[in-house]
Amino acid sequence: MNTEVVSINSMALPAGNSAGVNQLRQPVASRAAAHEANSPKIDTGSAKPNSGQRAGKLLNGAFSTVMPPVLGLLLLVVVWAFVAQTTEYLPSPAKTWLSALEIFGDPFYDRGLNDKGIGWQLWASLKRVFEGFGLAALIGIPLGFMVGRFDALQRMMNPVISLLRPVSPLAWLPIGLAVFKAADPSAIFVIFITSIWPMVINTSLGVASVPQDYLNVARVLKLSEWKVFTKILLPASLPYVVTGIKLALGIAWLVIVAAEMLTGGVGIGFWIWDEWNNLNMAHIIVAIFVVGTVGLILEQSMAWVANRFDYRKN
Amino acid sequence: MKPYVAVDHVDVIFDTKNGPFQALANVSASIAKGEFVSIIGHSGCGKSTVLNLIAGLLDPTTGCVLLEDREIKGPGPERAVVFQNHSLLPWLTVFGNVYLAVERVFGVNETKPALAERTDKAIEMVGLSHARDKRPNEISGGMKQRVGIARALAMEPKVLLMDEPFGALDALTRAHLQDELMRITGDLGSTVLMVTHDVDEAVLLSDRIIMMTNGPAATVGEILDVKLPRPRNRLVLAEDARYVHLRGEVLRFLYEKHMHPAVSVARVACNGTRYSPGTPATPQDSAALHPAQ
Ligand SMILES: Nc1ncnc2c1ncn2[C@@H]1O[C@H](COP(=O)(O)OP(=O)(O)OP(=O)(O)O)[C@@H](O)[C@H]1O
Ligand SMILES: [Mg+2]
Repeated sequence: MNTEVVSINSMALPAGNSAGVNQLRQPVASRAAAHEANSPKIDTGSAKPNSGQRAGKLLNGAFSTVMPPVLGLLLLVVVWAFVAQTTEYLPSPAKTWLSALEIFGDPFYDRGLNDKGIGWQLWASLKRVFEGFGLAALIGIPLGFMVGRFDALQRMMNPVISLLRPVSPLAWLPIGLAVFKAADPSAIFVIFITSIWPMVINTSLGVASVPQDYLNVARVLKLSEWKVFTKILLPASLPYVVTGIKLALGIAWLVIVAAEMLTGGVGIGFWIWDEWNNLNMAHIIVAIFVVGTVGLILEQSMAWVANRFDYRKN
Repeated sequence: MKPYVAVDHVDVIFDTKNGPFQALANVSASIAKGEFVSIIGHSGCGKSTVLNLIAGLLDPTTGCVLLEDREIKGPGPERAVVFQNHSLLPWLTVFGNVYLAVERVFGVNETKPALAERTDKAIEMVGLSHARDKRPNEISGGMKQRVGIARALAMEPKVLLMDEPFGALDALTRAHLQDELMRITGDLGSTVLMVTHDVDEAVLLSDRIIMMTNGPAATVGEILDVKLPRPRNRLVLAEDARYVHLRGEVLRFLYEKHMHPAVSVARVACNGTRYSPGTPATPQDSAALHPAQ
């Protein structure tokens, strides 16, 4: 993880709890990476003395990579089991596991509007996220480029961004409902309005921090604005843009659950709410794990994309 | 000698947080067509500022800068710059970096294969054909500088502006690249302005050396004609009395007439006379060694 990008992360994060999510995850990822980088060295160093020792060290290495996360998860389950014993409403891990098996036994069943498998619920949520987030990217990234490139626009947009960015996502829902007069577009609107800021901010930051040296090259060559964009601004700020996208996607996924609880319909958020009304806590816990896992997958795939597009790393 | 490039009574004043800062005062200089001119002076005196004026990256506060009797307004590819820190675009290969410049200058009239050929020729000229498809972070510092030079040369500029092109290199690489630069600019008959703080480099490469006084409000101190025959060979010249004399002239200018405060402290320390350990050099110390100022 590049330190620059990390610092942008914390700068551009709008919601407090998403910062927590990021900070928890990144050290784990980077520790694993550091370990990968180290293990070949350990390998060659001990190759000569004897191979048994070497195998032992390798095993040791694998052990110390796998063990801490496993221990952490185990701890979570233990605490959960303990808390579950003290209250009758919280199901135990074992009971939840059985419930999960049942849910995933048929994830795509469809028995009318209000009774669909978890696969459909997830699909509906992801679709909303990608619609809102995609729209935000479509507008936010070009806007970010312009804001970063033109000083006047920067001064114009700064107060707007500073004012709207800290607004809690759900505060936008009534506005969406009033404008669109329907639940689904409102949820998408909430995703749009909350995920656009990290993309605008990071993109403009990326453009503004393109080294003057590169821009001087462009000036001496008298490149057209289009060439400046494609040959210098875009590649130089791409890592920042991707960071913005990554943050936005994380936020979008965070917000959709809450938005759906309020708007209803098909979707993982409303499903959780529905199960609460049925007092089916096991299903809720399964849903929490599903939401977490999907978020993790989204983040990891974006981290992979971020690495792919970072000119400093290939 | 008819001036090709002329800097005419130029002042440069920067607006800084602590008020205006006069970097250059009444600087006048000229470069003839096909001439190789160096600017030498202590760090921070305003060498890059002069170069940037001619590049058009900076406007004079007063006075004017001319190329072929026309006022320079803004940068342009007919004045190619080799930047102090090479400034290659890290996401483009060696070829891509040079091609970007070639395409800009010749793209209107030439086909793609012709442009690629020009690019390859420029890369070959600096001996980097083997690294053609490498990215800047995969090649050495000396190779990067060579790419910067190839990029500038490939543009076939009217004036080649180089800001300490070999500044960050080790002595051997430096000597090698100086020889290459002498050969290439000699073959092409280029008009060159080079900023340097290396005395040997200035004498070896230049037809004239512009020596600048210390800033603030730096100006042209002396101009030294270097009438050594070309082609020049560093080993032969090292023994040459004229070379040794010229070198001495530049050194005398830099280290006696316009000694840098930082250098003067070192000198006092070496002489062991006015220096007592633990006592920082006072302004008077260096002033005493600055009769010219
Ligand atoms: N944009 C700027 N704003 C304010 N002051 C500047 C600016 N550019 C240069 N200066 C000042 O002008 C003076 C001359 O700077 P310049 O970069 O031309 O020096 P230089 O001779 O090239 O030094 P070096 O050998 O270290 O590269 C310095 O004192 C510097 O601090
Ligand atoms: Mg300089």
